[in-house]
Amino acid sequence: MNRAISRLAVTGTALMVVLVVATTYWQAWAAGGLNDRQDNQIQRVAQFTIERGWIIGRNPRTPLARNAPRKVGGRTLYFRRYPAGGLVAHVVGYSTQSRARAGLERSRNDYLTAANRNLSTVVGKTLDELRGATIEGNDLMLTLHLRAQAVAMRALGGRCGSVVALEPSTGKVLVMASSPTFDQNVIERDFSAIDRIQAPCRPVAPLYNRATYGLYAPGSIFKVVTAAAAIDSGRYKADSRFNDPGYCEVYGRRVNNYDTTSPFGDVDLREALQYSINSVFCNIGKELGALTIIEYMKRFGFYSTPPLETPDNERAPSGLYQRNRLFDPDVESDVDAGRFAFGQERLLVTPLQMAMVAGAIANQGMVMEPYVVDRILSPSGGIIQRTRPDDLGRAVKPETAATVAGMMRLAVESGTGTAARLPGFVVSGKTGTAETGVAGTNNAWFISFAGRAGQRPKVAIAVVLEQQNGTGGQLAAPIARDVLQALLGGTANS
Amino acid sequence: MPNADPYLLAMTALLAALGVTIIYRLNPDDAFRQSLWIVLGVALFALTLLALRRDYRVLEQYKYLFGLGAVTLLALPALPVVGQTINGARLWVRIGSFQFQPGELAKILLIIFLAGYLREKREVLAQGRIKDFGPLFLIWGAAMVVLVQTNDLGSALLHFGIFLAMLYVATGRALFAAAGLALFVAGAAAVYHYVDHVQQRVTIWRQPWTEDPVFCAQTGELALRQECGSYQLVRSLYSVANGGFGGTGLGRGTFTGTNGAELIPFLKTDFIYSAIAQELGLIGAAGLLLVFMLFVVRGMRVALMADDGFSKLLAAGLTFGFALQTFIIVGGVLRVIPLTGITLPFVSYGGSSVIANFILLALLMLVSNRASAFR
Repeated sequence: MNRAISRLAVTGTALMVVLVVATTYWQAWAAGGLNDRQDNQIQRVAQFTIERGWIIGRNPRTPLARNAPRKVGGRTLYFRRYPAGGLVAHVVGYSTQSRARAGLERSRNDYLTAANRNLSTVVGKTLDELRGATIEGNDLMLTLHLRAQAVAMRALGGRCGSVVALEPSTGKVLVMASSPTFDQNVIERDFSAIDRIQAPCRPVAPLYNRATYGLYAPGSIFKVVTAAAAIDSGRYKADSRFNDPGYCEVYGRRVNNYDTTSPFGDVDLREALQYSINSVFCNIGKELGALTIIEYMKRFGFYSTPPLETPDNERAPSGLYQRNRLFDPDVESDVDAGRFAFGQERLLVTPLQMAMVAGAIANQGMVMEPYVVDRILSPSGGIIQRTRPDDLGRAVKPETAATVAGMMRLAVESGTGTAARLPGFVVSGKTGTAETGVAGTNNAWFISFAGRAGQRPKVAIAVVLEQQNGTGGQLAAPIARDVLQALLGGTANS
Repeated sequence: MPNADPYLLAMTALLAALGVTIIYRLNPDDAFRQSLWIVLGVALFALTLLALRRDYRVLEQYKYLFGLGAVTLLALPALPVVGQTINGARLWVRIGSFQFQPGELAKILLIIFLAGYLREKREVLAQGRIKDFGPLFLIWGAAMVVLVQTNDLGSALLHFGIFLAMLYVATGRALFAAAGLALFVAGAAAVYHYVDHVQQRVTIWRQPWTEDPVFCAQTGELALRQECGSYQLVRSLYSVANGGFGGTGLGRGTFTGTNGAELIPFLKTDFIYSAIAQELGLIGAAGLLLVFMLFVVRGMRVALMADDGFSKLLAAGLTFGFALQTFIIVGGVLRVIPLTGITLPFVSYGGSSVIANFILLALLMLVSNRASAFR
């Protein structure tokens, strides 16, 4: 009998061991997968017990995302509020009960919920857990200049488009506006309100961050890249001379200037950029070759997704596109180099990328890595992480950058971009009016940088308005001027 | 009880205390009621010890009475007036405002009957003649019919497991256990085909999550299974997973929605383990299981030390019943086996369960006291 009892004892013990193993499986092995499941109600609720970190902007220093505590069933739950409404909706994003997240709320979720691996966060969180205190997330301090951001949103005025402003020497994102925008507070309450948002463009897509995800034909602003490539490669100089017949021949067909009735005749490269003469850049393109231009594009950051703290799938790389996919040609004959050189062909760019081009020219040829999170703060106010400016490599030589900058300065002083002139400041820029093939659907562009005379430029900016009738000089340049004024005025004060 | 096993009572106290703590965290009123049940349980525990202090083996003489009593108790919920159906199973008896689950007590009566009967017939049974099994099958068969009738699958499994284990201890023949198991599998397969309730439980167990909507019997519409039939199990697993290694800490687990509604039904009874696993984490849950394991080891040690067949069978049966009950509910919650509602001994909320388990403890301690005293 005892032998049987011993065996039964082993069986009983084994049953308990099975339970320990099963518990270990669910709590250690499978826990991650279960916690990530969309239908996990426990996690959906548990995230509300964490006092999520705030997202804070500069000038003025106000919260863009904060918490509204509410007692539910004896516990305090923290619901998200976005005091600034749609002002910075795309960068900040949203975090809702249905677990859908976007923007920094998604990509920096582990900092905002104190789930990151930073030592002081881990220690703080563990202590909170042991004390039974509410877990507090880390705050994000953004580089965004909220006054200028408001100016940009107002200037866009419900039209579809985007404004991106960077600090050339660091890559700090000062303004990142995307229009139409949406109120993040509405997402949780009434998602269908997003579908009802109206804007004069198709698709309306208010949730997309046009600054980093919107792909537009660049038109003439791309001439800055071509000019930089032309000069940096040593093939051309600012005073290289051209004859403009009012058109350029590509594969036996004429490609016209914006205005064909009055050819410019004998001009130099400087004037070609100043007056945005297509035929000149067309000939430069044919001479340089598309592959050389693409090589320079890559140095400026094209063909790779620009770095930024927002989620990867909310940013798109710029470059030639074929059948909705990035197209990196191997042979010269795959691309029409002439049209390519003045920003047509199948070229698609994001406002952020074009702001990086302007920034690189302003920063003596160095491309800086854009960033929007300045520092991450612990609940007690200590700095957990401070973003250090980093470069993405040199696009062109300092002399080249200086030459192109001078040419862009002429374009604003007495060329196509005069609407961006700002008294007391040196503004350099380039207009663009990209034809998308249908009348009334032009992309109006302006890229620019500005600063005080004798000082290095403080701001680089890219503005785009989509599906417009007018030109970049008429529509985009004034917006750039307003935002530059808000930023430079602000910078002068602080 | 000077010679009784010193650990059993201590471990029981630990389990009951943990149970009350968790129940208090979920609902203080329930914790108060549970405490009253524990007081009553301890009183009955003392009463049992007192009544049987001379020699508990007198129970053996009344074995058929106990067998009959067990079947009667099991049949009670199936009776019209007093029986009550709660959560799809007919387990409750209601007399006035007083309701209880007789199945818990029936388990102990059945074990006493089996211990007595098997002790007497073990030699003849070991020869394997069918006619000797007659009364055994009669009582056991009746119990099974009643259990299947009342849809109480957890109890059916528990009683069958106890029966097989005790038969094995009595005869020492693994063949019986194997044959019984084969019988059970065959029976289960038959039941699976004819009883929708069982089919559902097994489907839920095999595939708690579906990618596409499936027919939902509760609403009659198409829905993902995790939002329909298996939502209890799935949410319980989410609860366990949320605990992780260290747990959320007592009082800091998530059991209610943002609107205060309960996320997991039957949390304080059937699913108390998933509450414990979330708040105490792997460390706490494993610790709890370790206490159960130690209880099983000590109980079996009592069975080994006892010097007569009845005592051995009684102790082994009670201990294995305790282990199997723990396995059925925790294994169900952890998706090791199909989920069937049954209480976690000493921990779950419920008067019938607490009282029955304290009586079980009293019997175990009586056996251990005698076993040690006569060494």
